[in-house]
Amino acid sequence: MSIEARNISFRYGDKAVLEEVSFALTSGRFHALLGPNGAGKSTLFGLLTRLLALQQGDVLLSGQSLKKQPAKAMRTIGVVFQQNALDLDLTARQNLHYHAALHGLSRKDARARGDRELARFNLLDRANDAVRQLNGGHRRRVEIARALLHQPSLLLLDEPTVGLDVASRRALNEHVRTLCEQDGLTVLWATHLIEEVQEQDKVMILHQGRLLANGTGQVICEEQNAQNLTDTFHKLTGAG
Amino acid sequence: MKALDYWHCFLGIQTREWLRFWQQRTRFASALVRPLLWLVVFAAGFRAVLGISIIPPYQTYITYETYIVPGLCGMIILFNSMQGALSMVYDRELGSMRVLLMSPLPRPFLLITKLLAMGFVSVAQVYVFLLIAWLVGVEPPRWGYLAILPALVLTSLMLGALGLLIATWIKQLENFAGVMNFVIFPMFFMSSALYPLWRMNEASPWLYWICQFNPFTHAVEAIRFSLYLEWNPLAVGITAGVTLVLSLFATAGFRPQRTKILASKSA
Repeated sequence: MSIEARNISFRYGDKAVLEEVSFALTSGRFHALLGPNGAGKSTLFGLLTRLLALQQGDVLLSGQSLKKQPAKAMRTIGVVFQQNALDLDLTARQNLHYHAALHGLSRKDARARGDRELARFNLLDRANDAVRQLNGGHRRRVEIARALLHQPSLLLLDEPTVGLDVASRRALNEHVRTLCEQDGLTVLWATHLIEEVQEQDKVMILHQGRLLANGTGQVICEEQNAQNLTDTFHKLTGAG
Repeated sequence: MKALDYWHCFLGIQTREWLRFWQQRTRFASALVRPLLWLVVFAAGFRAVLGISIIPPYQTYITYETYIVPGLCGMIILFNSMQGALSMVYDRELGSMRVLLMSPLPRPFLLITKLLAMGFVSVAQVYVFLLIAWLVGVEPPRWGYLAILPALVLTSLMLGALGLLIATWIKQLENFAGVMNFVIFPMFFMSSALYPLWRMNEASPWLYWICQFNPFTHAVEAIRFSLYLEWNPLAVGITAGVTLVLSLFATAGFRPQRTKILASKSA
């Protein structure tokens, strides 16, 4: 599936948050959207998920315009938000069933797909536990399982590792990479943590609403004459 | 989208609301304390002060308790709807609101379904309240309990839409205390919930007219008349009309152009 963002600009009142952002995502690959806090990552995610309306530019998902055919486009996107969006009082399975219903799936389909996703994420034995009883890493996995329930081809994750310990962070990152390789899922992973990005990944660096670099990690390092991604990131954003 | 998709979505949203209701059943039980205090304590104290003459839909002299029961049904819905609608936008449910709006189904459908789901839970509370009222001697006709159902659902939809509208459009009323002071109490006291409006007219004609323009008055009257198996087209008509208008405005508040609040809190 092709995903293309064209000339996206967005303002909150007088303040420009995104300026002329354009990029294309390659099907079945892991893409990192790297940017310091306040770079405009969450706003970009808000636009891609229609929580915000596009003011300028458009997003094309397999040629379908997000502006003109939002429902069709939304069917192809799965999202994991930065903040917890699970119902803590309900069980993992109930959360999944709710999401399935929102996508028009029958109870029977919801049960089958929900259990399949939970099994894939090694969560089947915790399926009937209230989400409140799960640790941060498990909750994140439930959220990803939920985002994949309606079988989207694009998975958006907005700083999904916030609040997780190092081991859980690494495990989650590796898991999502496996999904790319095994299922051909296209992933856009927003983060401000460079250690979550690998040099062979497609990397976009967003800073103060502008896309400063877009290419594989190796290529943008070469472009900046930098030894590694950390140096590249610091060079481009001035972050110390 | 197929009709069946809408049905599955409708069922899913209803199921979630009932599961949450079950999880938080003690909170819902405690929400019954307020109307019961009014019914048992306040009404006992004011019984002697506020004599009620024979007014429709009642065919005999009635006790004050009997008079205020429909108003207290409205009060349960009023508090629940405002609290529910506010929490959808501002606090606990912000995350799940995002999940709701990520559905490919049209947002007005999702929001109305959500309001209806919250409304059905309120209606269940009203029935528990009516059962207790029956135990303390307020005994409307048996079929009234069934006839009241559409009026209760309509009222909960109207007040839920009003809550959503307030939460999305009036930034100053960000907390429940503000809504209590500026919306719930004025709506409740300037209505026919606690006293018949002819009494208000005797005291102050302009207050009487404010009460007449208050949609909550008509919702309470729709509940009162249907509970006693009487038809009040004016009250039902106004409640339905206001529900329609408020729902249109409330759902318009969730177009992507206006949902900055939902997106920005994650930034």
